[in-house]
Amino acid sequence: MSLFEILVSALRGVTANKLRSILTLLGVMIGVASVILLLAVGNGSAQEVKSAISGLGANTITVRASGMGGGGGQESTTATTDKVITTEVADRLAAAGLGHVSSVTPQVSTSLTVSSTEASSDSVSIVGTTPGYFEVGTTGIGTGEAFTAADVTTSAKVAVIGQTLATTLFPTGSALGEAVTIDGTPFTVVGVLESQSSTGATDANSVVIAPITRIQKSFTGFGAVSTLSIEATDSDSVDAAEAEIEIMLNQLLGQTEDDESYSIGNQASLLETQEESADSFTVLLGVVAAISLLVGGIGVTNVMLVSVTERTKEIGIRKALGATRGAILGQFLAEAATLTLLGGVLGVAAALVGANYEIYGTQPVVLDYSIPLALGVSVAIGVFFGVYPAARAAAMRPIQALRAV
Amino acid sequence: MTLVLELDSVQQVYGSGEAAVHALRGIDLAVEAGDYVAIMGPSGSGKSTLMNLLGCLDIASHGTYSLAGHDVAALTENELATVRNREIGFIFQSFNLIARMSALANVELPLIYGGVGRGERRTRALAALDSVGLAARSGHEPQELSGGQQQRVAIARALVTNPTLILADEPTGNLDNESTDDILGLFDSLAAQGKTIVIITHEDHVAERAHRVITISDGLIVDDRLNTHAPKAAGTAVHA
Repeated sequence: MSLFEILVSALRGVTANKLRSILTLLGVMIGVASVILLLAVGNGSAQEVKSAISGLGANTITVRASGMGGGGGQESTTATTDKVITTEVADRLAAAGLGHVSSVTPQVSTSLTVSSTEASSDSVSIVGTTPGYFEVGTTGIGTGEAFTAADVTTSAKVAVIGQTLATTLFPTGSALGEAVTIDGTPFTVVGVLESQSSTGATDANSVVIAPITRIQKSFTGFGAVSTLSIEATDSDSVDAAEAEIEIMLNQLLGQTEDDESYSIGNQASLLETQEESADSFTVLLGVVAAISLLVGGIGVTNVMLVSVTERTKEIGIRKALGATRGAILGQFLAEAATLTLLGGVLGVAAALVGANYEIYGTQPVVLDYSIPLALGVSVAIGVFFGVYPAARAAAMRPIQALRAV
Repeated sequence: MTLVLELDSVQQVYGSGEAAVHALRGIDLAVEAGDYVAIMGPSGSGKSTLMNLLGCLDIASHGTYSLAGHDVAALTENELATVRNREIGFIFQSFNLIARMSALANVELPLIYGGVGRGERRTRALAALDSVGLAARSGHEPQELSGGQQQRVAIARALVTNPTLILADEPTGNLDNESTDDILGLFDSLAAQGKTIVIITHEDHVAERAHRVITISDGLIVDDRLNTHAPKAAGTAVHA
């Protein structure tokens, strides 16, 4: 009996009771479709995370002062002065001529109330930095312009503000050229940032960016900076740059590797962490879907058992005509496998259609391996869950099977 | 003449101890090639048990049964399946065609289990259907055929493997008079071709067509006679 004939005869068995077969098939189909689709959703969200992070700039290395919380002035003064990163340290790091470093941008940050004549906004993230900030990563200027190096030198009271903040403080017109008051100090708005994609609870568009000297002078004091954003020459040099920076910083701060006055990291490592969590999310979804496939498989066992009972007479006839135990076993296994394979194919089709739609804001991206995997698993489930009913059919004694009505 | 089948003091006991039922109490029987034998008996006489033994659907508790030279009791399950496939052509009272399979597919079935290739299978199945006059109906499914036609398909299925023994269990039990004559006519011509036929029946007019009539009662052979009135009588009774 050729494979084709086995398939044809199995199809005949499957179509003998159409409604029952369709219902069983539906169970497998839903299982297979959900495996593929949920894996695709997990994969889709992983890719979104990846592209969001790579948008931040893969060349960027971030050095954070340890225990420096919001970078408040109080804490900076209590820290041991020779072991904190100050703007001076940042300047010397930039001037050190490290081969893989193209720029060093120090940042201080705090959180204060910002107001205009029309409105005010609490807990706005205030960042003091240098013009290099606008070149690192993706923080671009939307309208107006960035403050200049000269503004930093003169501690000018100018600021670039985020879009949300701009519309909150100036609901009726442009923020450009207007004055905002930060904790009592007036600043002139010279630019408004491009809209940023926000992740998490903080609104990346509710931010004030001003010259670092001014922020230090008015709010945080001239102690430690909270962050150094360092641009590597290219994305391949990130690790080398990180090593250089670590050595140089330790020299500048006069400390050993064991001292932990700062932490250093880059987008690549952030990316890896995010990918890991996205992957475990995908696995979790896959497991949930696999359970539904399992339930579908149990449905196959059930329907095959009913089928074997119903077709006892047929089994008897076949045995009388010379069917061996193996032939009967093969027939019922082939029927179970055909049933699940059909369900699998329909499930794949349903998943591919479903993957065209956004699911909870995530565009599913079908994993290449998930289709053959789901199909293979569905056939394997057919065989696995078909073994028991098929073995029961094969073990029937012909004389008893023939006596069935 | 060669013996197709031989039973030697065959007993069949179901259950054990007090509840044991002795369906066959010691049957000695030999059937030669080309014989047309009818086995008669009232219900409960053991003729169905005998039929199951002859058809290798069941194994005797005691005694030996050899079919076409095989000692049936010594065969494995798979070997029994092969013997049923090659040596026996079954014809049942209720036709036992498989539903939703065309007449042709039903007739091909024993050849599939016999491992015959696709092309040859088709040719032989069509020839068998032609020999029972149903070549034109080969594409029809059992439910589209009359009782007589279904039994003719079943006969074609029994003939297709060219078996040593054709074993028929009340083949006309579910048929009207016209179809009965039709089927019995087929058996006559098969007998004339030299096929070995064992037919189990409780109807006299069916048994009258056979060359040899064996009557069993209460698990024993009580009568074994040659039927001189049978058309084209050719067989000889051999008492084992």
